Amino acid sequence: MAEPKRARPEPTPETLHYWEGTRLGELRLQRCEACAHTYFPPRPFCPDCGSRQVAILQASGKGRLFSYVIHHRPVPGFTPPYSIAVVELEEGPRLMTNIVNCPQTPEALALDMQVEVVFEKLDDEITLPLFQPVKG
Amino acid sequence: MTAGSIAPKSVAPKSVAPKSVAPKSVAIVGAAETTKLGTIPDLSQIQLHADAALNALADAGLKPKDIDGIATAGETPVTLAHYLGITPRWIDGTNVGGCSFMIHVRHAVAALAAGYCTTVLITHGESGRSGIGRSRNVPGPSSLSGQFEAPFGPMGPPTLFTIPALRYMKTYGVTEEQVAMVAVIQREWAARNPRASFRDPITVEDVLKSRMIAYPFRLLMCCLVTDGGGALILTTADRARDFPTKPVYVLGTGESAETPMVSQMADFTSSRAFRVSGASAFASAGITHKDVDHLMIYDAFAHLPIYGLEDLGFVPRGEAAAFIGARNTAPGGKLPLNTNGGGLSYMHSGMYGMYALQESVRQMRGIAPAQVPGARISVCHGVGGMFAASGTVIMSNEAP
Repeated sequence: MAEPKRARPEPTPETLHYWEGTRLGELRLQRCEACAHTYFPPRPFCPDCGSRQVAILQASGKGRLFSYVIHHRPVPGFTPPYSIAVVELEEGPRLMTNIVNCPQTPEALALDMQVEVVFEKLDDEITLPLFQPVKG
Repeated sequence: MTAGSIAPKSVAPKSVAPKSVAPKSVAIVGAAETTKLGTIPDLSQIQLHADAALNALADAGLKPKDIDGIATAGETPVTLAHYLGITPRWIDGTNVGGCSFMIHVRHAVAALAAGYCTTVLITHGESGRSGIGRSRNVPGPSSLSGQFEAPFGPMGPPTLFTIPALRYMKTYGVTEEQVAMVAVIQREWAARNPRASFRDPITVEDVLKSRMIAYPFRLLMCCLVTDGGGALILTTADRARDFPTKPVYVLGTGESAETPMVSQMADFTSSRAFRVSGASAFASAGITHKDVDHLMIYDAFAHLPIYGLEDLGFVPRGEAAAFIGARNTAPGGKLPLNTNGGGLSYMHSGMYGMYALQESVRQMRGIAPAQVPGARISVCHGVGGMFAASGTVIMSNEAP
């Protein structure tokens, strides 16, 4: 029997560019060409001013650990304890993720520490953006 | 937990000259919970709605055919109308989580004032623990949360509602002990309530030694999971004295929404939905915080009363934990909060807002197990989803 996997996202027409990006190793955001607002999650208009003139931009993939919990109960695809975190990207938007490649403890998961994106391939179509502490 | 509905102990004598009431004001004239609360494997979810509705109708001296407006969440208004044999002229199926019932009250006030109907029934029923006949509405994998939150391993509210808390705690220097104190004090209120699920006293140490669920949240910082229901009946205030119960007037209301994803909440230390809903309610009621005798803040988790006290404007930002720690919200304190024991100790079926409303009504009727002496104004504040939506109702036992 195959091991249970984590919940798999299903892209929609409006989010396809985002998931194409993660598959290529890019973290993509969108930016309004009318008011310069940078936003997430994807949608083909600016949630700040309503303009449809928006462009895709590649984020730096760097940010800071904004908040999190460390979950202690089993969930398919995860070995507890594991972090469920929100990272604030350098460009401004925040997104949910997991902090990986570090101990899953309050001591190791210091708020505001610098983190960088690492891509975790789920299958041929879906790659998830996870984050790890920036070394040094 | 087999006590019956919350019928009033006594009714104000009819000989008292009725006060004049403000035009188009609305009163709650029927209120009841399900006959049982807790674990109720012998009732389905729709029957929990019906059990609460029939208790509230009896409380108000009404029959189902007297109802011409209905609002509910969890079940649809269509299902409820059919099941109870009601022909509605006004329906509201607003379903934005556990504060839906506060919002139903707000919408009912407008509908009654507009003359769309004369007598509104609002119901809640949820087989949260036993799962009998329960409808589930889980966002799919192509929804926004299905794409941008679910893949990272959340498992319901204990892993989502809790995510902003560490940011709050770091911003204001609030400790785990201070968050634990919220649960300790609410247990003090629950100890006074025969219908509360958990009544034994607990200490901060007990909370911090309870099982870790999702750091920093331990079991005793999380709400119960129980079965139950509740119902309210509203009519225009000019009819309120025709009923056997002591009228509870709706002074003001508010509602708002922010985001279906807690990760996208604009400020992790404050809920925009709380601020907007609360400010609307206070403005429409025309009262100040000093006028408030009793307060309910939906407490799915121990940090909710902290956010609520600040976002409703009772204390400055960052000061709520210290305010609670100084026993201001405890029995004997100046701002009695969650006097039924709250979702942490009284009951929590999943959409708890109805039970907060029931406790506000009991306090205004003067029949609560932990009655606040002389209370005249109660603020009842609800949250829906994970800081997703909010509704606020301000009530009084004095006609506006």
